Order: sequence, then structure tokens, then C-alpha cells
Amino acid sequence: MSMRGILMALMLLGLLLSAAPGWSAPHTPLTVEALSPLEDPAQRARYERLIREIRCLVCQNEPIADSNAPLARDLRREIRERIEGGSTDREILDFLTARYGDFVLYRPPFTPRTWLLWFAPILLLLGGGWVFWRVLRSRADKPLDDDEAWSEDPEPAEDTPR
Amino acid sequence: MWRYLAAPALFIVLLGFFLVGLFRDPTLVPSPLINQPAPQFELPQLLDPERTLALSDLATGEPVLLNVWATWCVGCRQEHGMLVDISRSGEIPIFGLNWKDDRTAALRWLERLGDPYVAVAVDDDGRVAIDWGVYGSPETFLLDGQGIIRYKHIGPIDQAVWEREFRPRIAQLRQGDS
Repeated sequence: MSMRGILMALMLLGLLLSAAPGWSAPHTPLTVEALSPLEDPAQRARYERLIREIRCLVCQNEPIADSNAPLARDLRREIRERIEGGSTDREILDFLTARYGDFVLYRPPFTPRTWLLWFAPILLLLGGGWVFWRVLRSRADKPLDDDEAWSEDPEPAEDTPR
Repeated sequence: MWRYLAAPALFIVLLGFFLVGLFRDPTLVPSPLINQPAPQFELPQLLDPERTLALSDLATGEPVLLNVWATWCVGCRQEHGMLVDISRSGEIPIFGLNWKDDRTAALRWLERLGDPYVAVAVDDDGRVAIDWGVYGSPETFLLDGQGIIRYKHIGPIDQAVWEREFRPRIAQLRQGDS
């Protein structure tokens, strides 16, 4: 077998192995939770949801659920203990924002300071729609004369065969 | 006329946003605790675990610093010499919060590099640090005489930071007190 043939065979084998379910790397979560899961399913659900809402400040693009940073672990413990202690979600989020600011929340609160942030998508959509409408209008004003339209564009379009 | 200006104007505005964003450090998170009373704590001291250090020990009527440090923290090693200098100059008392550290390592660190702290509280499980909104080390809090947090510096203190951020604020606090 030629060198190229061997390489091809190896690549095929690799492809097959990675596709076979038994051989692919097990999809384990990266975070190892040292604590046992909360007993109460409702509490566990709240915990799981809250740790996805809180930003890890050490590694800012991760929620504390996914982070192994010591601070993230401490914050998870804090949230867990507060849930067990009977705090509401609101109280837990307030506790964290009082210390770390709104930045810890992945969903920024709706306050006058964040109006622009929340409304930006709508504003951009409206602005884009307005521009679109203007362009359509200006096109519509032009005479729909085929010859004139073609003469405006002396270069043939890319996909026309020469 | 305006239609020829609109696009460049928009571009320049965007460029402005990007330029500002480029020179801002996204890892600096402003603390909501500024101008708030410092969170209460009472923790064992590093040198003598039998004794405790509490917030009331920090509210001495004079401004003080609380420096969050650990031996695993590179920035702390960087700024340590500066802290020793500040402490020697007697400009302001420095208290320490040893954060999630190994006691033996922390003691050896102070022995080898000098001890700039009036006293060091040991926050083994990081609860007090969370209460203070600490998210990295080093962090240095400036407290006024009444135990209100007036400023927090994130990252190592060097001569430039000291002169730019701390000295004027300390002077201002002292003026306000008198």
C-alpha cells in the first residue's frame, strides 16, 4: 500500500472510531461538583437555574455553573446554602448584586441605565426597516424602463456567460 | 446632502464606541460597595489564630487599607514590596485579608518578604471575601475612619497607582475628618 493509501486508511479508521458511540469521549460536564446534589428536586432545579444566571467574575464569559475557579465554587456553595436556608431567588440575586454589581447577572435588570441595551434590537430593526423602505421608495420613483435600467449598468453581471 | 453624511457620521460614532471600548479593561468590575459601610466580619488572625480581627478593629477613626492577598497570587507578590514600603513610611495602616490560602505558606511569605500588615485576618473558606465583593486578588480597599469603603483598587499597587489613586484620596479623607 502506498503512503497515501495508509494515510487514507488511518483517517477513515479515525473517522469511524470517532463516530462509533462506544469510542467517542464521554460527554462529562467539566465542572466537578464536590457537594452532593440537593435532596429536594424543586430546590435542586432552582440551584441549577441560579448558577446559570450568575456570571463567574474570574472567567467572565462563563456562568458559575461551568467554572472551576475557586470563587465560582464559593459562590455555588453560597447559593446552595441560601436555598437550603429558605432564601428566595430574588433575595439570593439581591445578595450577589449588592456585592458584585449588576455585572454578575447574565440577564441585566431593566433599569433606566439599561433601557438603551434592552431597546437596541428594536431600535436597530426599526432603523433598518426605515432605510429599507426609503431605498424601496427611491427605486419605485425611477422609471421602469428596461433599456434605461440596463444602460445604467454597462458591466455584465458576474454570472452571465461571456 | 444629509444622506451623504449619514453613513460617515454613523461610522464615526461607532468608531468612537470601539475606541473607548478598546482602552477599557473589561476585567475591572466597579464595586457597588463604594461609599457603603464595610461588611462586618470577625476572623482568626494569621499570626495568632487564638485572636480575632474584626471590622471594629479597622474603624479606628483614621483611614486604613485592607489588602486582600494570598501566596498563590502573582500580583500579590508583585505589590508586596510596595506594601512594605508604604507600611515603613507610616503613611497609613495596612490590614490584610489572607484569602483561601495555606497558613504555613502565608507565614513563610511574611517571614521572607516582610510583614507590612498591622494584622492579617484569615479567610479560609472565602465567605468574608464574597461579602466584600472580592473577585480576585490583590484587591485593596480604602476605608475611612468610620469604616465606610471609599475606594477599591483591583490589581497590584505600584508607585504610580499609589500616587495617582491612593494618596489624593487619603489626603482628602484626612481633610474631611479634621
